[in-house]
Amino acid sequence: MKIVVCVKQIQNPEIPPVQFRVDEEKKAVIPVSGLSPVLSPYDEQAVEAALRIRDAAGEGSDIEITVVTIAPAGARAGIKAALALGADNAVLLSEPTFDGSGGYVTARNLAETIRAIGDVDLILTGRQAADWDAGVVGLGIAEILDIPAITFACDVQVTDGVVTVQRVLEDGIETVEADLPALVTISNELGKVRYASMRETMRAAKKPIRDWSPEDIGLDEAQVGFKAVRHVLERLYIPINDIECEYIEGDTAAEMAASLARRLREAELV
Amino acid sequence: MTENINGVLVFVEMVDNQPVELGLEMLGLARRISDSHGGTVTAVVFGTNLEGVGDNLIAYGADQVLINDNVIFDNFHAEAWLPDLSKIVAEVAPAIVLIGHSLSGTDLAPRLAFRLDIDVATGCESIEIVNGRPHMTRSCFGGLAREVVTFNKTPAVATIRSKTQQALTPMMERAGEFKFVSSILDLNSLRSRVIKREREKTVGVKLESAKIVISGGLGLGGPEGFNTLNEIAELVDGAVGASRAACDLDWCPRSYQVGLTGRTVAPELYLAVGISGASHHMAGCGNAKTIVSINSDPAAAIFKSSRFGIVGNCQEVMPALVEEIKKLKA
Ligand SMILES: Cc1cc2nc3c(=O)[nH]c(=O)nc-3n(C[C@H](O)[C@H](O)[C@H](O)COP(=O)(O)OP(=O)(O)OC[C@H]3O[C@@H](n4cnc5c(N)ncnc54)[C@H](O)[C@@H]3O)c2cc1C
Repeated sequence: MKIVVCVKQIQNPEIPPVQFRVDEEKKAVIPVSGLSPVLSPYDEQAVEAALRIRDAAGEGSDIEITVVTIAPAGARAGIKAALALGADNAVLLSEPTFDGSGGYVTARNLAETIRAIGDVDLILTGRQAADWDAGVVGLGIAEILDIPAITFACDVQVTDGVVTVQRVLEDGIETVEADLPALVTISNELGKVRYASMRETMRAAKKPIRDWSPEDIGLDEAQVGFKAVRHVLERLYIPINDIECEYIEGDTAAEMAASLARRLREAELV
Repeated sequence: MTENINGVLVFVEMVDNQPVELGLEMLGLARRISDSHGGTVTAVVFGTNLEGVGDNLIAYGADQVLINDNVIFDNFHAEAWLPDLSKIVAEVAPAIVLIGHSLSGTDLAPRLAFRLDIDVATGCESIEIVNGRPHMTRSCFGGLAREVVTFNKTPAVATIRSKTQQALTPMMERAGEFKFVSSILDLNSLRSRVIKREREKTVGVKLESAKIVISGGLGLGGPEGFNTLNEIAELVDGAVGASRAACDLDWCPRSYQVGLTGRTVAPELYLAVGISGASHHMAGCGNAKTIVSINSDPAAAIFKSSRFGIVGNCQEVMPALVEEIKKLKA
């Protein structure tokens, strides 16, 4: 069985807000210098979901896990991280640095990459990339490939050509199944991701990475990069909402609590 | 006069045969857009036993309500809803399609966009029409930034974040019409099957509608920290929320999570207890009228969004606060 996990490498989404800056003129994020890119956390959990499926199948299973990414040429940090977790091999589609929020081009090109890999049974993606937070690409791939998609998974199992997913609802959990091939998007409720072991990290260096260009998979110029983009980024900015905080003083916790309760009453909040 | 647009279609989710608040908020937005840029407001509802919903949605701003009343729409299932919704959107051909930024809406909207070969902006906070083009402002980078996007194709699909729009005051005398549409869904075409649904029972006030929300984070020190939060919630008729970090440790139910990928709340009072104030968390509570925080770290980011703050140990302050509020309520 072939599992493809689509991953994206991004700037660490948990940097202190003061470090996050944008160039409003260029409408782009100013990368924090000296910071190495990370796998988008939901994508990392998608890799984990694939590994759990392979673990459940036991030793000697025929499950092959391929990670796929679209990134500028040479951007291999994300792929390396996924291989070190235990994925078997990788495909890097080098695109003229497209990174926008529309998701349209990304979904198209990932779908074509997956078609080119061939005979893929299960596709896993994060529920959204933790940079643009759009949550469009996974569902887009499924629509383009005309396969069923199940979103916001916290548990994924495969038996006899059927994927069974526990998915998160606002007020509970739902179990959904679909015949393969299918696509599943992974939510953070999937839980902890394993650590990359020393052994696996060493092995990862030798795992095959296929470096594809758009032409390799039959995409022409009009289908890649900025030419294919259908949305316009009109503006990118950091909202300012600092407000003056009034600190409640007191020598003891009881005093502070009493003083806060008074303030809340004065403000008619309680 | 700015250029006119072709109307707005609002997909209104139903829960227990009632339109969700976010649906009414979106109708308010649609009405405001149509009042200044022309076009009609079409509300679309899927569900069962939908009598009365037509008049209700007209009162909240719809000119036209399309009702797809069918037992298959009793519970949300994106794949099953898509054929009908795609057909309706293609027929109505509005300039903008609004869908709630709920878990169902974010499951549905991207599918709709790709099926109709149009584009979608998720998690929008506002929409302005400039020279006839919808400019959608959405949160990105975990809430740290905002982007404004426009699309080259119409209709533009947008999912709207809860509590970012104002619902209209309902006017029963508003004119409008509703009609029932029939489903084109072929059940045999479905490739995914819902096997089981387990819903948590909400006790007390729902997070989204609570006037006071008391949320706890890692500073609580453990699951027992939620006890004082629950006590206060009960005293003031509020609801309890949490940071994702607290949910991840199972200190409280998952459904408590406030933030980017959790609930969005905009209460009168948001009391953040032992929460650092990461942008991902603020994405779900930043629209609260008043934020009050208790944190032992004077440099915690949460104070930047707070009206009142206590720098202190919440494990000592909270029990004392329970007693003080008891006194107030006595
Ligand atoms: C893609 C992505 C999505 C995310 N989505 C969400 C989301 O939807 N919701 C969400 O909440 N988070 C989300 N997060 C996580 C978020 O970035 C933070 O990690 C999380 O909100 C931190 O939770 P916390 O404030 O409880 O914990 P911490 O950041 O560890 O903060 C604990 C705070 O408690 C204080 N404290 C410690 N002890 C005491 C004490 N005795 N008394 C008082 N204060 C004390 C500390 O000073 C600290 O400020 C997301 C992260 C990512 C990367």
